[in-house]
Amino acid sequence: MPELQLKQLYDGFRDPQTINELSRQIHALAKDLKEPVYMMEVCGGHTHTIMKFGLPQLLPNNIHFIHGPGCPVCIMPKERIDQAAALASIDDVILVTLGDMIRVPGSQGSLAQFRAKGCDIRPVYQPLDAIKIAQENPNKTVVFFAIGFETSTPMTAVLLEQAEKLGLDNLLFHINHVLVPPAIDAVMADPDTKVNAFIGPSHVSVITGSKIYQPTVDKYHTPVVIAGFEPVDVMQSILAIVKQKVAGRAELENQYQRAVTEQGNVVAQQKVEKFFEVRDSFRWRGLGPIPHSALQLRPEYAHRDAEIRFGERLPVKEIDDHKACQCGDILRGKANPNDCKVFGRGCTPQTPLGSCMVSSEGACNAYYRYAGVE
Amino acid sequence: MCLSIPSQVVELHPEDGSVTVDTLGVKRTVSCHLLDEPLEIGDYVLIHIGFVMNKIDKASALESLELYREIVQKLEAEEHA
Repeated sequence: MPELQLKQLYDGFRDPQTINELSRQIHALAKDLKEPVYMMEVCGGHTHTIMKFGLPQLLPNNIHFIHGPGCPVCIMPKERIDQAAALASIDDVILVTLGDMIRVPGSQGSLAQFRAKGCDIRPVYQPLDAIKIAQENPNKTVVFFAIGFETSTPMTAVLLEQAEKLGLDNLLFHINHVLVPPAIDAVMADPDTKVNAFIGPSHVSVITGSKIYQPTVDKYHTPVVIAGFEPVDVMQSILAIVKQKVAGRAELENQYQRAVTEQGNVVAQQKVEKFFEVRDSFRWRGLGPIPHSALQLRPEYAHRDAEIRFGERLPVKEIDDHKACQCGDILRGKANPNDCKVFGRGCTPQTPLGSCMVSSEGACNAYYRYAGVE
Repeated sequence: MCLSIPSQVVELHPEDGSVTVDTLGVKRTVSCHLLDEPLEIGDYVLIHIGFVMNKIDKASALESLELYREIVQKLEAEEHA
């Protein structure tokens, strides 16, 4: 086998000539389409790639992207951020969370604003950093505000496993882990949805395996093509979708074979299964309550559940977005960022009004950064 | 929050099961708690929030790259025909 260089893994999947040729093949084949293709890329990482590399401009006018709800920061409803803020406001509590979460506005401000007021809120790049914080602060309660899709849940599971192993009694969890398949169901349950194909997530699928999308294919008769994160990956996946549509097929395909297997990462799945169970319902920003769409700790680990320990101090009032903000329609694929009146005006990455503007995986952030304000 | 770029294993730390990876020149130490197979120096991996998620299948990556090379070659041949 020839040696593979890191540079090839990077440049090879961004090669402009390959992208152009795939675009040419898509244009040629799309002439035979009987109906337009509306593909939802579920994952925010794909939204970022699509906008960064200008892929919509490389497609014929009967193939459209619909940006999906797969950005964990974007789908967090305000009341969950309010709960995080309430936890951080308790004396002797340190709130630990990942990256962008700190900038998402809740009803009383973002966690960054609460930190400015004196709350001890610490953004980290990796969940295991919470162990050191808990060890260095034995007299304080450290709460890990856990976010993310199937990709990130195993990492929270390892943190919990380590906390148990080390007997770190002062490390608790506020769990906001959500699931992709119920979100797809919520999108498809809308009678007005135009979505008739899916570009399957990259890293979610690394963990779960390709097998979790077979029910989507069977139930909605839509192609699902799991794609890598690079522009060549996405274009090759679109070609696969168009081929299926032209032939009248609806199948599960895996373009990202270098990283995704049918069964996924079984060790990660076992750890998630050990510590988590499915929640009855979870309210998603923009999508509303979706049954069985999120996880919570199993009863055996209730002693580490901040929602139980501090239950009476957490606000439960459901709070919708600012009425000018169209994040809800954008997350459902019913509007584009440019349809929103405040996009790029009242709402920018520096002063986000809606959650889709906060994370680089959010559709509004990606449009603002790469496509500009119309 | 997903890092799309692959990283390469450059150091093994058997004492705690972690590895040091190189991501386009940035080195960092990450956990292998989610793997059931040992890594070797030179392996390509995907990293997510401080953990190795999987090992990239080199044969499959090379196969894709070969396919793209053929696509481009064919195009060039057509253009020069």
